Amino acid sequence: MIRYIRWCGYFCALLLVALLVNIARVQVWESAAYGANPANKRPAIERYAQPRGNILVDGRPVTGSRDSGQLLRYERTYANGPLYAPVTGFSSQTYGTSFVERAEDPVLAGTDPGLSAFPLWYDLTRGRPAGGNAATTVRAGVQLAAYAGLAGKRGAVAAVEPATGKILALVSSPSYDPAALSGTGSRVKAQWARLNTDPDRPMLNRALRETYPPGSTFKIVTAAAALDAGVVTDVAAPTETPDPYPLPGTRTLLPNAGTGCQDASMAEAVQWSCNTVMAKIGVRVGLRGMVEAAERFGFNRDGLRVPSWVSRSNFDTDMSQDQLALSAIGQFNTRATPLQMAMVAAAVANGGELKSPYLVDRTTQDDGSPVRRGDQRSLGRAMDPATALRMQELMVKVVEDGTGKNASIPGAVVGGKTGTAQHGVGNAGTPYAWFISWARAEGAPLPAVAVAVVVEDAAANRGDISGNLAAAPIARAVMEAALSAR
Amino acid sequence: MTALTAQVAEPAPPPPPDAGAPKRRGVELTLLVGAVLISVLGHLHVGLATTGHVPRPAAHYAAGLAVAALLAHLAVRFRAPYADPLVLPIAVLLNGLGLVLIQRLDATTPGHLAAGDQLRWSALGVALFVLVVLVLRDHRVLQRYAYLSVAVALVLMLVPVFFPAVNGAHIWIRFAGLSFQPGEFAKILLAVFFASYLAANRTALALTGRRLFWKLRLLPGRVLGPILAIWALSVGVLVLERDLGTSLLFFGLFVIMLFTATGRIGWIAIGLVLAGLGAYAVGTFEPHVNSRVDDWLNPFASIERGEGPGQLAQSLFAFGAGGLLGAGLGHGQSFLIGFAAKSDFILATAGEELGLVGLAAILILYGLLVSRGFRAGLALRDPFGRLLATGLASIVALQVFVIAGGVTGLIPLTGMAMPFLAQGGSSVVTNWIIVALLVRLSDSARRPAPQEPPE
Repeated sequence: MIRYIRWCGYFCALLLVALLVNIARVQVWESAAYGANPANKRPAIERYAQPRGNILVDGRPVTGSRDSGQLLRYERTYANGPLYAPVTGFSSQTYGTSFVERAEDPVLAGTDPGLSAFPLWYDLTRGRPAGGNAATTVRAGVQLAAYAGLAGKRGAVAAVEPATGKILALVSSPSYDPAALSGTGSRVKAQWARLNTDPDRPMLNRALRETYPPGSTFKIVTAAAALDAGVVTDVAAPTETPDPYPLPGTRTLLPNAGTGCQDASMAEAVQWSCNTVMAKIGVRVGLRGMVEAAERFGFNRDGLRVPSWVSRSNFDTDMSQDQLALSAIGQFNTRATPLQMAMVAAAVANGGELKSPYLVDRTTQDDGSPVRRGDQRSLGRAMDPATALRMQELMVKVVEDGTGKNASIPGAVVGGKTGTAQHGVGNAGTPYAWFISWARAEGAPLPAVAVAVVVEDAAANRGDISGNLAAAPIARAVMEAALSAR
Repeated sequence: MTALTAQVAEPAPPPPPDAGAPKRRGVELTLLVGAVLISVLGHLHVGLATTGHVPRPAAHYAAGLAVAALLAHLAVRFRAPYADPLVLPIAVLLNGLGLVLIQRLDATTPGHLAAGDQLRWSALGVALFVLVVLVLRDHRVLQRYAYLSVAVALVLMLVPVFFPAVNGAHIWIRFAGLSFQPGEFAKILLAVFFASYLAANRTALALTGRRLFWKLRLLPGRVLGPILAIWALSVGVLVLERDLGTSLLFFGLFVIMLFTATGRIGWIAIGLVLAGLGAYAVGTFEPHVNSRVDDWLNPFASIERGEGPGQLAQSLFAFGAGGLLGAGLGHGQSFLIGFAAKSDFILATAGEELGLVGLAAILILYGLLVSRGFRAGLALRDPFGRLLATGLASIVALQVFVIAGGVTGLIPLTGMAMPFLAQGGSSVVTNWIIVALLVRLSDSARRPAPQEPPE
């Protein structure tokens, strides 16, 4: 019997070995795969176990964290949620993150290795440093001016500092409160459904993600292209353009909204927004020249990040002459984000050099010590410095004595360009009112701000008047705020 | 378990008349202090990790555990002085760790506190341990009650049929707010009966019977019949009650004890084949079992169906999250497993918070306990004692294998309680009685041979 007891012992030892081998398989070999399984709630629980770092505007947090006592514990709160929603985005237990919340997520959530001097320490203790902060380039006053200007309208504002590329304001209207998406449960799901089915599309970031036909504001690009290409050497010289202008190769006549465009010079054409003249100039520059100029300003560029990605602005590269003529005045397939048009104004204001726009100035640890600085990068030269100077003069003329008088600010040099963009099938939609501009305080060496404003449902439908009526006052308020904040 | 190899040869050498085996009670006391200390530290750790401060009843807990361990130790010291010094400390440590884990899970499920009940059941278990060690002076007394044991066992197993099912199994008796599983007690009684019956009929089983072919001989029906009937009855009842874990345990116990008594490996093989066929049939046609087999074959199927992770998937996630070193007591998320986290799936919490290292240590503790049982069986001189020790050790080993293998995905999951660790009053009490019997058996095994034979 002794022998059989021993065999039983061996059998039990075998069972033990099988158990040990299997737990080693589960806990070491399969561990990573189990951890990565989307049904495993542990990563989410860990992620929300501590308060999230904050997003700062003017050094003050516009976000907060609330202990919900739920499984996914700390929920995001927003001070002035709708105002900053296009900047912060949302941080939701249910729907993830967007915009700065997404772009700077590692820092805010405390997983960025830069948050700790000794990352190994946190590996050993299985802890996590407190979430860091992301300080934005946005200025509260500028943002508020843009937001108030758009109140009740559909549209967007993008404002940048021309010399650096800092984004001073990013507003989309109507907006929403991202706090409605914080947390879990049916309330959040209902809000998400409501926001996604709302015909006003409040969650759409119109400043970065919506492209509009830029209309007459694109004439700045066409004019700069003509000067750089030498097609126009004297801005005051008559261009011998008929009114209306027959589109090359067709019988279609291109009209002007106003009068006095017959045979006008390029300076007058910009000042009074003559479609005929600028279309003809665009055709003279040629497809290749126009495409190259537009691309120098940032059109057709994929992967622009601020650090959230920005929709691609389009200027077709394969067009007939009549299509090119329409594209030169910002119609046909030409489309631009408000940020793109702010970049056009900024390039003119900055002497031709185009700075890459950016939204996050620096990220810091919880205690304020730096993690990373936002980088000022150049996107290259959009035009010659001499061309830029000429363009500045032309744009100033628009505001002083042209279609954009509503943007003028006493004590500041302001350059601008109105736009009214036809859209819809057969141009049936209510036109978009555009205004792009820049402003420099008198005596200041550098322009403080470049702005693009688009208002979708501009009531007035009379050529470039609507840009001046609906969009220019908003641009002025934004520029005033930027000038006074200096 | 590997320590078995270099030990007793058959027949056991007669111990030198005067020397006697060392009693080793001091070793036991030292190990007990360690076991209590580990448990108390674990308790403090859980309190600090989940609430940030030392838990208020920590002192009571420490005192209670220490007093229980001390009383058990004194009982052993005075009534079973030659007992194996490892058995009691391992039981105390496992019971203490179980309380730590249950208290830890209580912290995340404030609506369903279980640690208090478990503490009271543990106290009752230790009391019964003391009682058994004090009252049962010689294990051979049990041999006389073989038929009483089996009668009581069958009654105990039949009674729950008349009580409502809980979670699909008729294995609980509820009264006065308490619930317990009589099947737990039945397994000791059945082991006593098997040991007694097989010891009495060993010769007939081993040597008689018609030869079928080669070495395989048909066991005599007169001898095999009754025990086979008892076994079939008990397993049948359990299948009716849908307590598959326990029926598996009883089958394994029966096969192991029959093999130990007769040494007939061929019959074991036939038994295993039959059991396999039976398991296949049940697994295919019985929906309750069928779903468990499906879960085992593909634990993540429910996730792919979009229904979220099932219990086994959650358990595997918990083990995986533990990794090598574990998250630390109180830092895991094993409550995600749901309602059975404190009972069937308690090992997942151990795996997540103590890691592979801690889990392996716990399994090796069980291995040590089992090996000490076998060791007592090897050193005992009477067939009944040998069979009983083997049976009790096998009960612990099979139970640990079935439940640990189930929750880690090695074998299909069958509901059973991890000895000492899992929440469950009847289980804790039963295991303390098993440990008391092992202490008694090892005392007899290591006791120096008396000068004159006992009457």
